[in-house]
Amino acid sequence: MAAQDPEEAPGEGRLVPDDFDDDHGAFLTVETVAGADDGPLAGATVAVKDNISTEGVRTTCGSAMLADYVPPYDATVVERLKDAGATVVGKTNMDEFGMGTTTETSAFGPTDNPAAPGRVPGGSSGGSAAAVAAGQADFALGSDTGGSIRCPAAFCGVVGIKPTYGLISRYGLVAYANSLEQIGPIARDVEGAATVLDAIAGPDERDATTRHDTREDLVDDFGGQHPADTTTYADAADGEVDGLSVGVVTDLVEGADEAVVETFEAALDDLRGAGATVHEVSLPSVETAVQAYYVIAMSEASSNLARFDGVRYGHSGGYDGDWNETFAKAREEGFGEEVKRRILLGTYALSAGYHDKYYKQAQDARAWVKQDFDEAFESADVLASPTMPVPPFELGESLSDPLQMYLADANTVPVNLANLPAISVPAGETDRGPVGLQLVGPAFGEETIIRAGSALE
Amino acid sequence: MSDTDAVDPEEVRHVAGLARVDLDEDEVERFAEQFGDILAYFDALDDVPETDREADLANVFRADEVREGLTQAEALQNAPESEDGRFKGPRVG
Repeated sequence: MAAQDPEEAPGEGRLVPDDFDDDHGAFLTVETVAGADDGPLAGATVAVKDNISTEGVRTTCGSAMLADYVPPYDATVVERLKDAGATVVGKTNMDEFGMGTTTETSAFGPTDNPAAPGRVPGGSSGGSAAAVAAGQADFALGSDTGGSIRCPAAFCGVVGIKPTYGLISRYGLVAYANSLEQIGPIARDVEGAATVLDAIAGPDERDATTRHDTREDLVDDFGGQHPADTTTYADAADGEVDGLSVGVVTDLVEGADEAVVETFEAALDDLRGAGATVHEVSLPSVETAVQAYYVIAMSEASSNLARFDGVRYGHSGGYDGDWNETFAKAREEGFGEEVKRRILLGTYALSAGYHDKYYKQAQDARAWVKQDFDEAFESADVLASPTMPVPPFELGESLSDPLQMYLADANTVPVNLANLPAISVPAGETDRGPVGLQLVGPAFGEETIIRAGSALE
Repeated sequence: MSDTDAVDPEEVRHVAGLARVDLDEDEVERFAEQFGDILAYFDALDDVPETDREADLANVFRADEVREGLTQAEALQNAPESEDGRFKGPRVG
């Protein structure tokens, strides 16, 4: 499918009724699934990123490969939202399989940014952020592998939370890079995002990564319980930051766009005004975080996407002949260019002779990033930086040079490498669109980043 | 591949073969050019210092008990072709 003019949205392959107002092309499928009659989210509407499985509602991952795929079960997060009373209103556009920073690599065409028309909504959860920014849903779910919730939240002027790895079940999320990716909420304010977090966080027997270790020698501050069992995140959105220590990551401010830095500095002044103290910290490892991130993410993608063979599910070329040839043709037709690029680079990085050079060194860099964050949290409660180093790109501006696109993720990927929680909150506007401020917390420190983020509203 | 910026189109075809993804000629040419830049950028990983990894990892297993899963019909419902309750793949040879 060719890229489409955003003005023609909803475009080819989108299942959006004529009477549904979707000027920005935020949705791929509009279908209402009612939740329980009562619950903390009763009456609320939620839009779900199209890589999160919804029983009976097609889940395409923004790919022609899965254009007709209808999951026979709900992801755990969807089940929990419905149990909490939320009504699902549809599935949102995204970069194909979560691979992109602009929501332009979707096989169903791009999404426009409601907060900065003519510009990208960010990615890969761009449809989710756009749906919330445009008022088409109260909340949305996104997934964040290297910034895919925080980037679109920043570009669309809304709030997004990337939770600590293990806080939320990944069961039913169509995986791209398992060791990095978490589902998280997008909302118009911090309390709203925290309320959704309350509904979806917690252990799940179907996802072992949510199991909290109870072995005696490893019992942690939570006494072996899952942190979400004893926490109400919405209560933390009280704006109380008197005495909070904020470390500004200088490595992630230098080199950012001038208008972004000005907006960021003004937001820091607001935190100071509310009683927080601000000091500078340096994380030397972030210089190689983007490289490490892409090597690891591409390697995991090359393995994860091997299951799309056009036999059990997905686009089938319908050819006869050698299995491998048939498989390769179905994948040529079903995958877009960015997906092929990452599968091939991941295959390359894992292949004999290059594994040590790329994959092993990327794992060393990942350990270095974790160590750097640990040291920074010895002197700071939260770490701050601009979420994105630039304002939203113009639609079409960045597609021709993949390397430039990868560099835009410099501020968000270190958090995923270290499996930490982070929130993006609106910091202000430039003449090219909104700017987000990112606050990073220690593992399972969601309450702290929610509290600090709410002080900026 | 040497440590230069160039990636041979033949190498792109080889990796595409390993990954079971067909490419058209335009894509091979474009990827060969882009991969040189991207892999050269990844060379910065050579400068990463050795770091102690102290993570104490343990596998977390659930009890190995029979429980409900998808029905056979549900498992097959997204298959382009099936026959007698099985997935139907391409003919071999």
